[in-house]
Amino acid sequence: MDIPEALDPAETVRAQLPEALQDVVNFRDETTLVVEPKDLVSVIRFLRDTPGLVYNFLSDISAVDYYPDYDRPGRFGVAYHIYSMLYNRRLRVKTYVEEDEPVVDSITDLWPAANWLEREIFDMMGIEFEGHPNLRRILMPKDWNGHPHRRDYPLGYETVQFSFNVDEIMKHKPHAED
Amino acid sequence: MVNPALQTDMSEWQGSLDELKGIVSERAMTGETMLLNMGPHHPSTHGVLRLLLELDGEEIVTCMPDIGFLHTGIEKNIEDKSYEKAVTLTDRMDYLSPMSNNMVFCMAVEKLVDLDVPERAQAIRVIVLELSRIASHLVWLGTQAMDLGAMSVFLYCFREREKILDMFEMLSGQRMMGSYLRPGGVWRDLRPEFLPALEEFMDIFLDKVDDYERLLTKNPLWIDRTQGVGIIEPEDALAWGVTGAALRGSGVNWDIRKAMPYSGYEKYEFNVPLGEHGDVYDRFLCRIREMRESHKIIRQAVDKLPEGQFRSDNRKFVPPPRSELGRSMEAVIHHFKLWTEGFSAPDQEVYTAIESPRGEIGCYLHGTGGNKPRRVHFKTPSFVHIGAIPMICENHMIADLIGIIGSVDIVLGDCDR
Repeated sequence: MDIPEALDPAETVRAQLPEALQDVVNFRDETTLVVEPKDLVSVIRFLRDTPGLVYNFLSDISAVDYYPDYDRPGRFGVAYHIYSMLYNRRLRVKTYVEEDEPVVDSITDLWPAANWLEREIFDMMGIEFEGHPNLRRILMPKDWNGHPHRRDYPLGYETVQFSFNVDEIMKHKPHAED
Repeated sequence: MVNPALQTDMSEWQGSLDELKGIVSERAMTGETMLLNMGPHHPSTHGVLRLLLELDGEEIVTCMPDIGFLHTGIEKNIEDKSYEKAVTLTDRMDYLSPMSNNMVFCMAVEKLVDLDVPERAQAIRVIVLELSRIASHLVWLGTQAMDLGAMSVFLYCFREREKILDMFEMLSGQRMMGSYLRPGGVWRDLRPEFLPALEEFMDIFLDKVDDYERLLTKNPLWIDRTQGVGIIEPEDALAWGVTGAALRGSGVNWDIRKAMPYSGYEKYEFNVPLGEHGDVYDRFLCRIREMRESHKIIRQAVDKLPEGQFRSDNRKFVPPPRSELGRSMEAVIHHFKLWTEGFSAPDQEVYTAIESPRGEIGCYLHGTGGNKPRRVHFKTPSFVHIGAIPMICENHMIADLIGIIGSVDIVLGDCDR
């Protein structure tokens, strides 16, 4: 079989989609392409379908919250980890969204595997995915308030309940103590 | 007289039909198909998984998994722990192979702070990882067979698994949640009683695998229940993110131990078993063969086990052993600093992935520059596989669903985290 030569993802995206690429970060042999939310789907589609890149497998989607002070383009980062089975290499595509409009386009059309991963981020981080077929909470109950993985969501704890402190505990139910 | 349990009194029902809109099909809304809850406490769902099934007779029209019952906020809790202390939390995700979770987290930390692992520690890690692969596959085999009605296999599998858990107890003091792997190596060196116990286990284990195969592989009942059931096409498997033995059962040759070797896997000779048809039976064969391959790897790792340190001696990240504390002021300072504040990691992100018994388990770790991570996210195979179950069980009978759920090998603790 004729396998086209592997291309450098950052160079190829810079050449073919020049206005999409904001930044390229290299850290510990991992490459991160930073793109704007509006270009995200087109860049990932390009990376998946271009001969010489063929990032054909979606490993993971994660989101990270840079609250409270950040020197990045937005409060939330959404990181897509894609993998090329042909060339055996990984790539991270990252996009930043602002707090007041946390919306990213969904990539469920590219990989159905993104369906649940995006739902998890919506649930835990409160980032919406436009075009997602079924954007509902997945891990938390459907009537839950807030998004637990945000950095400003308090990490509460549950006091051990005894007969002497039961009234005090019932006062802050159903919420955990700060 | 009508049995009161069979009387349908809709006035008691608190939910509204609107809640189901968009989730189930129009046919279910009109009552043409039946909605049936399987779980959350069905014994075949391997944990607390609820499946909302839409049934046309006995055929599954759609299957909607409902997860989150075992969500324990592990990722959120790790944000409040120093890197070494967080290892204990990772055990609790995939409770059938805690070592794999330790491994992927430790690898992420080591990559983030650029910490080397001594060769002996790498070999010990390979031994415990492969042992936990065998232990996890044994639980899978036992429960899968029991789900499909073969009770005795379960007892045999747990008999061998017990021996592995005993060995884990020798290593870490705990049977299951060992937290044995730590950033920079392992918690302590192999105990003197470990290698003889391992030798004893290795001598009998291959015969035991033959025993399981004798019970199942050519058993006509087993073949009837598994062959041609739950077929995953290779393209579907890749699109839905299926990994591990479920992917290899479909004939896709992708094993992270081979593709991106970690912890010195490139030094060992082993095969990656592949299936042909992608059905439940092929996944069964893949896992059975994987146990034999794991046996091979452990054998090589024990034979080649290098002497040396079991943990890195980089004192900026690894606390000194107890014996040094009485002799060195420096060691006392490091001990105090590392067990109270911990070490700092840069404000950068890394992603590591390893081949757990269930598939690709990934760890996305983002540091803050301080002693606690900003964000940890585990991409767990069970989460992705449960998301793929609706695709796999389309147009199957409800009885086959049990076999399918078992064959993709899910652990709900792994899924919900």
